[in-house]
Amino acid sequence: MTRRLRLWVLTAGLLATAALYVAACTDLPAFGGSWHPYGDRAVRAALQQHTANAVSSVNFDQRAFDTLGEETVLFSSVLGTVVLLRRTRGEKRVAPGPAEVPAALRRYGLLVLPVTLLIGLYVIAHGQLSPGGGFQGGVVVATSLHLLYIAVDYKALERIRPLGLFELADGTGEAAYILLGAAGLIAGSAYLANTLPLGTFNTLSSGGTVPLLNAAVGVEVTSAVVVLLAHFLGQALEIESEDGAKDGGREA
Amino acid sequence: MSLLPYLIAGWVFLVGVHGIATSRNLIHAVGCLAVTQSSTYVLLLAVGYRKGATAPVFSDLPVDAPVVDPVVQALALTDVVVGATVTALLLALVVQTAKRHGTVDPDELSELKG
Repeated sequence: MTRRLRLWVLTAGLLATAALYVAACTDLPAFGGSWHPYGDRAVRAALQQHTANAVSSVNFDQRAFDTLGEETVLFSSVLGTVVLLRRTRGEKRVAPGPAEVPAALRRYGLLVLPVTLLIGLYVIAHGQLSPGGGFQGGVVVATSLHLLYIAVDYKALERIRPLGLFELADGTGEAAYILLGAAGLIAGSAYLANTLPLGTFNTLSSGGTVPLLNAAVGVEVTSAVVVLLAHFLGQALEIESEDGAKDGGREA
Repeated sequence: MSLLPYLIAGWVFLVGVHGIATSRNLIHAVGCLAVTQSSTYVLLLAVGYRKGATAPVFSDLPVDAPVVDPVVQALALTDVVVGATVTALLLALVVQTAKRHGTVDPDELSELKG
C-alpha cells in the first residue's frame, strides 16, 4: 500500500470514528450534572470506612482487587523491560566515567534530594487522608534518588541504588499486597476485605487496610521505577557493542 | 456548550491515532500512543465532573460537601499507571529494534530479520 492510499484509508477511518463518537456523546449525561449514582455511593462507602480520601478508598478498599490487577500489570511490564534490556551477545559493559557537573546544579540537587524523598514518603503515608498514595508517592521517591544522578554522576547513583535489593523489593511489594488480601480470608471475610479496625476518621491510622496496601504499593512502585530507569540508563551509559559503537553495532 | 469536554477527549484521541498511523519514527509513535491514551483521562474526568463541586477528599471538608465522582478518578489513576508501564515496555522494544536493525523508521522495518 502506498503512503498516499494509506493516508486516505486513515482519513476515512478517523472521520467515521469521529462521527460515531459525536453521536454517542449527544446521548451522554450533560457535563457537570449532579447525577453521579456510583460516585455518591462510593463517597458514602468511603466515609463509612473512615477513609477521608475517597479516591484511595475506591482504589484500596472498594476496588482493591482491581488494584491488584493494576499492580500486576506494573510488575509484569517491569519484568518484560528487564528481559528486553539485558546485555545481549556481542555487547559488553563499560564503566561510565565521572561527569563534570556545574557547581550550582550540584548544590541545588543535593539540597532538593532529601526534601523530595521526604515529600514522597509523606505522600505514601498520607494516601488515606490527602490526595496521593502509593502510586504517586512511589514515583516521587524514585525520582528523588535519581536527583543524585543529575547532581553528581552515575557512579554516585549506583552507590545508593543497589539494584538487586530494589528488584527484591519490587517482588516483595507485590507479594505483600497479595498476602494482605489473604489476611481478609484468614479473618473470616472475603479476599482483600477491609477487616482491620477502621480507626478514628481523619487520623493517620484510619482506613483499616488502606494505609497498609498503600505502603505495599509504594514499595513496589518505588522499586519498579528505579529498576526501569536503571535498565534504560544502563543501555544509554554502560552497554555498548564489542566494537565500541553505541548502537547499530550488531550490523557491522 | 456541555458537549465540549467530551469532544475535546475525542479530538485528543483522533490526533493521537493520526500521529501513530503517519509516524516515521518509532519513538514518536510511542509518544503518540501516550497522547491517545491521555484522551481517556480527559473523558473520565469529564464524566465525573459536577458543577461547583470539589475534590473527593474529606480531611478538611464537611462530609456533605458536593464532590466530583471519585470512581472515575480512581480509574484515571489506573489508566496513568498502565499507560506509563506500557510506554516503558514499548520504549525498551524500540531500543532493541534500533540496535538490531539500525533504524527506527517503521516503513523500513518491513522485512523479517534473524
